[in-house]
Amino acid sequence: MTTSVPDPSKKHLRREHGLMLALVSPALLVILALIVLPVGWLAWQSIYHDGFTLENYRRVFTEDVYWRSFALTFEISLAVTVIALLLGYPVAYLANSVPKGWSILILSLVVLPFWTSVLVRAYAWLALLQRTGVINQFLRYLDVISEPLALVHNTFGTVVATVHILLPFMVLPLYATMQKIPNDLMQAGASLGASPSLTFMRVFLPLSLPGVLAGCTMVFVLCLGFYITPELLGGGRTVMVSMLVSRNVELYNQFGAASAVAVVLLLSVLAIFFVVSRFISLDRVLGQK
Amino acid sequence: MMRVSAARMALYVISALVLVYLILPVLIIAPISFSSARFLTFPPPSFSLRWYQQYFSNAAWMQATRVTLMVALLTVVIATPFGVAAAYAISQSKLRIMRLFHMALLLPLVVPIIITAVGIFFVYAKVGLVATMPGLVLANVMLGLPYVVISVLAGLQSFDPAQEMVARSLGMNRLRSFFAVTLPQIKSSVVAGGIFAFISAMDETIVALFISGGQYQPLTKRMFTALRDEIDPTIAAISTLMTAASFMLVLLASTRQKRGG
Repeated sequence: MTTSVPDPSKKHLRREHGLMLALVSPALLVILALIVLPVGWLAWQSIYHDGFTLENYRRVFTEDVYWRSFALTFEISLAVTVIALLLGYPVAYLANSVPKGWSILILSLVVLPFWTSVLVRAYAWLALLQRTGVINQFLRYLDVISEPLALVHNTFGTVVATVHILLPFMVLPLYATMQKIPNDLMQAGASLGASPSLTFMRVFLPLSLPGVLAGCTMVFVLCLGFYITPELLGGGRTVMVSMLVSRNVELYNQFGAASAVAVVLLLSVLAIFFVVSRFISLDRVLGQK
Repeated sequence: MMRVSAARMALYVISALVLVYLILPVLIIAPISFSSARFLTFPPPSFSLRWYQQYFSNAAWMQATRVTLMVALLTVVIATPFGVAAAYAISQSKLRIMRLFHMALLLPLVVPIIITAVGIFFVYAKVGLVATMPGLVLANVMLGLPYVVISVLAGLQSFDPAQEMVARSLGMNRLRSFFAVTLPQIKSSVVAGGIFAFISAMDETIVALFISGGQYQPLTKRMFTALRDEIDPTIAAISTLMTAASFMLVLLASTRQKRGG
């Protein structure tokens, strides 16, 4: 690209830079005022209350409630990520290996729920899973069960609904990566006598790993901060970290403790992004939605 | 050959089941909303519009709907020009710091929303923006900016800045050349970004839970509160309407994006 600036003098360049900074500044100000400042405030509040204190962090790291909640959140996130990978990989693989019309259909079905409000989907899962819900009624109608199953207001319900919400974040990066794997490589493997399953294991799967990493990162990180789904479908027993934050604010007015929990959560997320960025470009992880 | 087709068969079955799992919850809401039953029964006993009636005749739901539409509209009106200007500067400027700014503009996607929400709540509490319209709009502008920036940056990638240079060398000033040459070519990306910002504002729940109140509560906050208490099929009616609105907007955005730019 040859962009010849009409007047490449220093003065012109300064004006050009000034203009560009002016253009970016309104958006940047909004970001600074509404996310950088608030998060900074949280960090400050977590260590300062009439003097510097680490009391809030001591509580987060020693008190049972906090520990259990962090452990539970990481467990659920891990489970959700693994399930989403197991469910998402075949779908992405299929979308990648069928004619274009079919793959568009499959991907549309994947993205469709993406644009349905999380709240609406929480409602749908309640309608499906509750004791008098569609699934229990159906199973009783078939005489498979005599007592309704407890499918919701517990960790099970939370996981089912969370995987549902996060699955598109898994399928899309997987599909994008698979698209870039040249078909010739598979054919080469086959022509050298490898069975389809061997070419898959030795050629396709390793080449799709960047997509696996991108999808897993996004799903795991989003799940760490999930709030609406566990709050509505967890039945109060599945207290994830986000709920700890909100309860400390809304119920107990423990702003310092809430801030410390938020900071620990944020640092976990940033640490994960940092580690992942050593392996793949973060654009790949974030550029999906 | 047999084993291949067996594996292939398994792939079809698993994928089909996963797709059903993805779609079922989205499809189940509409029949519930048109049911006459007070409690969820499936299939619904008879067709009725009572939940829609209940929604449209309830003053609180209507007020919440007005708030949601107003917030989403204002969010688009503010976030779109801000985002376009920022994306333009990021793509055209050679300043090193723009990379940092670019990352800053994507922060709302990186920071867990619950953290953003609590942080904004603390800041708003200090400056008196809790339970106000400007407070709600500002927060949604921040959350919508990344969508505009990402969409417009993608549009600008296929745009050759030399064209704008030509217009300027022919005597147009910077602003006019942008509106006459650049904007028409990235129009679809701008519209798509704006639509995504609208949907983001319409669906936003968590920040609203913390900072909205009184008469300025959006639909999502009222829905969340209602869902925590009991399952009222009115929510199914609202959900159906919201989902229909989202889908139409996404369809609009994607047809625009396909038309190049």
